[in-house]
Amino acid sequence: MSKLDSKVPSGKLQDKWEQYKFDMKLINPANKRKFNVIVVGTGLAGASAASTMAELGYNVQSFCIQDSPRRAHSIAAQGGINAAKNYPNDGDSVWRLFYDTIKGGDYRSREANVYRLAQVANNIIDQCVAQGVPFAREYGGYLANRSFGGAQVSRTFYARGQTGQQLLLGAYSSMMRMVAAGKIKLYTRREMTELVVINGQARGIVVRNILTGELETYHADAVILATGGYGNTYYLSTNAMASNSSGAWQAYKKGAMFANACFTQIHPTCIPVHGDNQSKLTLMSESLRNDGRVWVPKKQGDTRKPNDIPESERDYYLERIYPSFGNLVPRDVASRNAKTQVDAGRGVGSTGVAVYLDFADAIKRDGEDTIRGRYGNLFEMYQRITDESPYNTPMRIYPAVHYTMGGLWVDYNLMSTIPGLHVLGEANFSDHGANRLGASALMQGLADGYFVIPYTIGNYFASNMIDQSITTDHPAYKDALQNTKNRLTGLLNTKGSQSVESIHKKLGKLMWEHVGMSRNAASLEEGIKKIQSLREEFQQDVNVPGSDKGVNTELEKAIRVSDFLEIGELMARDALTRNESCGGHFRDEYQTEENEAKRDDENFTHVAAWEYTGDNKEPVRNVENLEFENVKLTTRSYK
Amino acid sequence: MSTATMTLKLKIWRQADNTSKGSMKEYDLPGVSPDMSFLEMLDLLNENLVNSGNDPVAFDHDCREGICGMCSLMINGEAHGPQKLTTTCQLHMRSFKDGDTVVIEPFRAKAFPVHKDLMVDRSAFDEIIAAGGFISMNAGNAPDGNAIPIGKETADLAMDAAACIGCGACVASCENASAMLFTSAKLSQLALLPQGKAEAAERAQKMVKKMDELGFGNCTNAAECEASCPKGIELSNIARMNREFFKSSLSK
Repeated sequence: MSKLDSKVPSGKLQDKWEQYKFDMKLINPANKRKFNVIVVGTGLAGASAASTMAELGYNVQSFCIQDSPRRAHSIAAQGGINAAKNYPNDGDSVWRLFYDTIKGGDYRSREANVYRLAQVANNIIDQCVAQGVPFAREYGGYLANRSFGGAQVSRTFYARGQTGQQLLLGAYSSMMRMVAAGKIKLYTRREMTELVVINGQARGIVVRNILTGELETYHADAVILATGGYGNTYYLSTNAMASNSSGAWQAYKKGAMFANACFTQIHPTCIPVHGDNQSKLTLMSESLRNDGRVWVPKKQGDTRKPNDIPESERDYYLERIYPSFGNLVPRDVASRNAKTQVDAGRGVGSTGVAVYLDFADAIKRDGEDTIRGRYGNLFEMYQRITDESPYNTPMRIYPAVHYTMGGLWVDYNLMSTIPGLHVLGEANFSDHGANRLGASALMQGLADGYFVIPYTIGNYFASNMIDQSITTDHPAYKDALQNTKNRLTGLLNTKGSQSVESIHKKLGKLMWEHVGMSRNAASLEEGIKKIQSLREEFQQDVNVPGSDKGVNTELEKAIRVSDFLEIGELMARDALTRNESCGGHFRDEYQTEENEAKRDDENFTHVAAWEYTGDNKEPVRNVENLEFENVKLTTRSYK
Repeated sequence: MSTATMTLKLKIWRQADNTSKGSMKEYDLPGVSPDMSFLEMLDLLNENLVNSGNDPVAFDHDCREGICGMCSLMINGEAHGPQKLTTTCQLHMRSFKDGDTVVIEPFRAKAFPVHKDLMVDRSAFDEIIAAGGFISMNAGNAPDGNAIPIGKETADLAMDAAACIGCGACVASCENASAMLFTSAKLSQLALLPQGKAEAAERAQKMVKKMDELGFGNCTNAAECEASCPKGIELSNIARMNREFFKSSLSK
């Protein structure tokens, strides 16, 4: 059973990281320049890791699919980043941030990792301010904070509604400084297709050059994946169009275990779906729930305009059910409740699949100018998409796939089950358990990149024998290259009748229906079968036009979708074997009388890490038991 | 929400790769819903092209939320199309009507060569940032975030400048293909903040020099950049950059 060693250091929770930093072996400054590191992805985790390791003296090769590292999807995060600075003097502390994160994740994450995250969060704010990130300030010149779902303190730092953008541009500028210094070699418009493992260690990658179509191999002493999540398995999500799981999935197929694949976050406040040609969903920051009130008409099928429905005929259901947290309940709770209302026929808008988020009271209380100051850009974005002004009429919102808590399994060092392969940010499974709190993704990405991996990578190099005589001439590279070639040829030669896009849409519908906001055994079993047969359909009938030379956007999509078709099945399988409800994973069979998630701590206080055993073979489910020595497992209550 | 669909006549720049000659090609596209975004309209065209065995139109796009800066396009001669303060991905088809002709071209500039069709190379912007668009500090050095109070007005001005998404609309709409709005936005953000003042002079010199080296033109105050900027970056940033550059030249 114990293939999984979390390598959590001993000692008191509060002292573990400090002590471990002292215990880890160091590489002296002159020797750091002898080590090469590959970093795949340039979002918050990848960019911060690349710049920081380069600053330390390592030689970094950095890869991204976009034309510039500044465009990674971290840029779209709106609301903010958490830290336990306690500037508002409202009782925050590292312990409280740790506790909220563990509880918000429904007790399915590792105590030691989460505590470290809460500890370094304060350093992140300092780091970003020093980089010139223009965080919001009060008139006195000090940093402003706001509150966010799942917490009763104000600990979220923000830069208008563009926090992710500003943090990413900070990390990107540090990275570009190291590019200029010659310590980072930047490879843009490259997509990873294969991980190269030599002597049991991750040593390199194969990438496809998106412009030329050429396959290229790169070699290093360690590989870091910061490739983001797999939310686009659902076709419609708030992820960017190119966000994909292929890097992580190919690593899984080389032996990196994939943990808690079923933990996906359905974000409660997104603009509802409008039609079949829709390509993606747009998130409206959760910060809106600070001032917006969520409601539906009390009457089923009420077609009146929202402003014509009198107060007495509205149900502010979050405030009614959860009086102490109200509209600020965690994301999973808010999403599920929206679904309950819609399923009961009280949904609004032309499709009936939406609920209202109303700012009328906030505007009455604080004035339109104040509300514009807080959310102006979000309101404009909403109006551009829907042609309706939230200043005059309530927003219509509905949950959408937003984030994946699951990912490649990593130990305390952020190393996967393949030695030398480290995984950061959303791509790993580590810190958010079964549900991520708002403003914590930015925190985790930057914690991993600025303050964790720069330490643990040195310990890896100092503690392991790494054969530095190996180059890309090693036969493993030829094999990996050939694998990718075969795959591409297979896709191009199928010459079927269905476009990649149309199959991806079908997969998305299957996933939403069978592995969506609520799941049950029968539907999951059916879903697995349907995904398998859709995969066959793809293999036999996909139409990928063009060739493997030059730009071929259809081929790019085909590679990604062929991986989504596999990961989708693993997500369903993971959901099927987790016989409990926790966080974002809600099984109809396991709920309380009040329809809240019912955990099974006796049997499921563990991480499920899946091990690849071959194509079309059932993967093996390994377990890492989660030990809670510092917090008591309670039923989450936001009432 | 409207259910009636439109038929559009599209004239699109097709170019096989960066060495081939390109030309405008015409396509009729029925079934366009006013609720679609502009890029969803192009998705629909591409789906038709793929299903009829033709090469889809290559264009850059990613977040489709107006923030990553990856989407571009000259639409009827305007960078990001007719709607002010809006990126192409956030432009919706309700801005057009049935029977309209829509001309779609790449962002054109000497420093932005075409890769394929509507995809261009904007890596010159990365080079400008690498020349000095940063504060030289290594992770781990930072004092407490509240150690240096920054007045709200200054912080807001810095944020206004920092909002640039690096899409290149400013360059594409400028008759001189100048990158001064882009460069000045980053320069202003860092020059306004106390953290950035230590190396402000060097930064101004290096970024301006790099911008000129890369083949971007000069500013002749036509203000087309400001008019086309989807994030409302103001011309005053260019004035600030010129002051910073002048100051730094004196102190050299």
